[in-house]
Amino acid sequence: MCLFQIIMSRRLNARRTEGVDKNVWVEFTKLAADYKVVNLGQGFPDFSPPKFVQEAFCKAVSGGPQMHQYTRAFGHPPLVKSLAKFFSRIVGHEIDPLEDVLVTVGAYQALFCAFQALIDEGDEVIIVEPFFDCYQPMVKMVGGKAVYVPLRPKVEGSAVLSSGDWVLSAEELASKFTPRTKAIVINTPNNPLGKVYKTEELQMIADLCIKHDVLCISDEVYEWLTYDGNKHVKIASLPGMWERTITIGSGGKTFSATGWKVGWVISSGHIIKHMKTIHQNCVYHCPTAAQEAVACGFEREYQLFGTPESYFQQLPAMLQQKRKKLALCLESVGLQPIMPEGGYFMIADISSVKVDLNDQSTKDEPNDFRFVKWLTKEKGLATIPVSAFYSPEHSKEFDKYIRFCFVKEDSTLDAAEDILIKWSQGQ
Amino acid sequence: MNWEFQRYFVAIFTRNVLEFLFLICSLFNNGLFRCQFRVAFTSVAADPSIVNLGQGYPDIPPPSYVKEALAEAASVDRMNQYTRGFGHPSLVKALSQVYGKVHGRQIDPFTEILVTVGGYGSLFSTMQGLVEEGDEVIIIEPFFDCYVPMVRMAGAKPVLIPLRLKSGNKTITSADWFLDPDELSSKFNSKTKAIIINTPNNPIGKVFTRDELQMIADLCIKHDTLCFSDEVYEWLVYRGHQHIKIATLPGMWDRTIAIGSAGKTFSVTGWKLGWSIGPEHLIKHLQTVMQNTLYTCPTPLQEAVAQGLLRNFELMDQPECYFSSLAEELEGKRDRMAAILQEAGMTPVIPEGGYFMLADVTSLNQDLSHMVGDEAYDYKFVQWMIKEKKLAAIPVTAFVGDESKKQFEKYIRLCFIKQDSTLDAAETILKNWKKM
Repeated sequence: MCLFQIIMSRRLNARRTEGVDKNVWVEFTKLAADYKVVNLGQGFPDFSPPKFVQEAFCKAVSGGPQMHQYTRAFGHPPLVKSLAKFFSRIVGHEIDPLEDVLVTVGAYQALFCAFQALIDEGDEVIIVEPFFDCYQPMVKMVGGKAVYVPLRPKVEGSAVLSSGDWVLSAEELASKFTPRTKAIVINTPNNPLGKVYKTEELQMIADLCIKHDVLCISDEVYEWLTYDGNKHVKIASLPGMWERTITIGSGGKTFSATGWKVGWVISSGHIIKHMKTIHQNCVYHCPTAAQEAVACGFEREYQLFGTPESYFQQLPAMLQQKRKKLALCLESVGLQPIMPEGGYFMIADISSVKVDLNDQSTKDEPNDFRFVKWLTKEKGLATIPVSAFYSPEHSKEFDKYIRFCFVKEDSTLDAAEDILIKWSQGQ
Repeated sequence: MNWEFQRYFVAIFTRNVLEFLFLICSLFNNGLFRCQFRVAFTSVAADPSIVNLGQGYPDIPPPSYVKEALAEAASVDRMNQYTRGFGHPSLVKALSQVYGKVHGRQIDPFTEILVTVGGYGSLFSTMQGLVEEGDEVIIIEPFFDCYVPMVRMAGAKPVLIPLRLKSGNKTITSADWFLDPDELSSKFNSKTKAIIINTPNNPIGKVFTRDELQMIADLCIKHDTLCFSDEVYEWLVYRGHQHIKIATLPGMWDRTIAIGSAGKTFSVTGWKLGWSIGPEHLIKHLQTVMQNTLYTCPTPLQEAVAQGLLRNFELMDQPECYFSSLAEELEGKRDRMAAILQEAGMTPVIPEGGYFMLADVTSLNQDLSHMVGDEAYDYKFVQWMIKEKKLAAIPVTAFVGDESKKQFEKYIRLCFIKQDSTLDAAETILKNWKKM
């Protein structure tokens, strides 16, 4: 490293890369890869995408030469048309495929474009905790100021909590809005908690957005994964919200194909145009064949919407079973899960666990980080520490939770169960 | 720094160039969508009879094994889920092998390589990771149009220097365009953070010689600057020329990011996979940008490119290697393109590399005074050519700054990585040029 100091005597990296170089996924996926683990950590299915989208992808790959060359930069025409058609029906607003939709490389890049296009230095962005970790560095990179407001459990100490018991305090939320507030970021269903915001809760947020003239960035990548009859509500469909909401979706989460990295933003054209400017200077085009396949997926789902053959019915039904399986397994070993109303993660309280975390290399890290690393290395079970989803000011309060992913084959969940049972029996 | 102004500027700049490119692209899509920008070209309807030599993508198919590798990858469950953020392991290992051989050094697949969304994504990660407000970045004209807006978006100042034409040659080639050493030297100062070079160059097709690269390297070392080397067309170099990697010159590995592209390498521009190769102390900052922008690239595509690279690595230096067989195929198309342009009375600039060719339209003496608007001559010429001749190209002033527009406004850029039937159609138009 001495050599690089000789190479460049002046500053090398741009300041915007300062303080955003740590990443929980990079750290923990590497850890899971380095040890032979049962992986309930990073959120991806270990089963295949549904046949119909796999076939659509193969059809695209063997399609004409255009399938392997650049398509329209802001979104492959069949895809933006099928997204507009599909979501117009749900949002109750006519969505223009060319003006109101932008396709991105995963929902991740959609978030990036949103922050880059809409947040300036000095703007405040309210982030509801726990939050998908990338929101914070993305706000930092554009020079914005993150203002955090945590979801808190309504009732302390009850036996089985549901994510529905975690709520925003109306007064606390209102107090976070200032003249500098540019946007609020919500994620419903929420990662990692699994909370599915109710209409009244979204209305409370909407009222504040309208009152303070603030944008709402709504990360809805898990929109189809709701359980127990909970309904996913789109904040963009509430009165006065279409023109100020940026709704983000994911082909990867929708069709269990996270490796395709197809995401999108749907919003009013006057907002999308700024995101297009960022997009055209960032990646410009997204890969063609995967977009074609996702378009076919949405065409099919449009026809089958609400019927038992719809993947959007089948996937949550399948995951509801797995959710139950994982919850029972965690309870049986003394971990206290919080039942998620949606999404494919479950967090569990590890306070009752007594383990000698004698790993010197992690001694300065938060409790849950240490525990997760210990569980990975010593027991071969990968999870994710929940304080990674909190701001520095609140993370200490929440370092007693770890996150499990249950969008896994039953055999994977069984293997996790074996590990946990053996461990609880003192082996 | 007024960020808002900056963003606005970026938008304004990119509008002109990309609006035009978008329009050309839209001609190919049978009116599936309307032109969405307010352009003067609204009278040009989407017309499938227009021969499109504008936007730079092949209409020849990619090698079948590459498509097969993709179909195969997508049939493996795990390949449809997230892979390693900075690059799928089999891909970075394949890249390490191929480029290790080309560079003549060991390249660490995990710390010295980043996989990105196309060469475009590598350029973006490089700028965002290493360039900021207060920096200057030297850009050689004509340049791939995104360099300037990306430099601006990073908060820095683009400093332009044109390639200049040596006078007096009968047949013009891209080698007749050169950088004036004194002029180049004058552009470097204490604020210069980097110079961007593109070899083979888009749009001229120039392949920088070792001496030229040494001159640039000397300045980089003297002024302690970085070098961003866009080498996406690195395999498309024609007989008598050699692609030299500036990173292989003494003192340059530690200050260079070299950018490559699967799209250009395997004729699959729609796969949007590229890579940055360089020393760990630079690549790590690009990786930081990656993990905060889109995190990871699509898995099955990366797996397929890895297979393609490994296959051709075995065949390197043999005629069956796609890296050389494509160049051979294109050389024939290049020569054909040049001949038919001359038939029409244009003066082609024979490229040493890449798949674009400039044509000087001066000798046509085409009167365009009837066309309103204050755009440069080449913009008007291309509009006129699309309308009157049904042939599309790109105006070259799209690739230069304001001060150099006069120098380049008689040139148009044509893409020749096209099927024979496309070139046949172009030939018909060009043969009949004078008659119409």
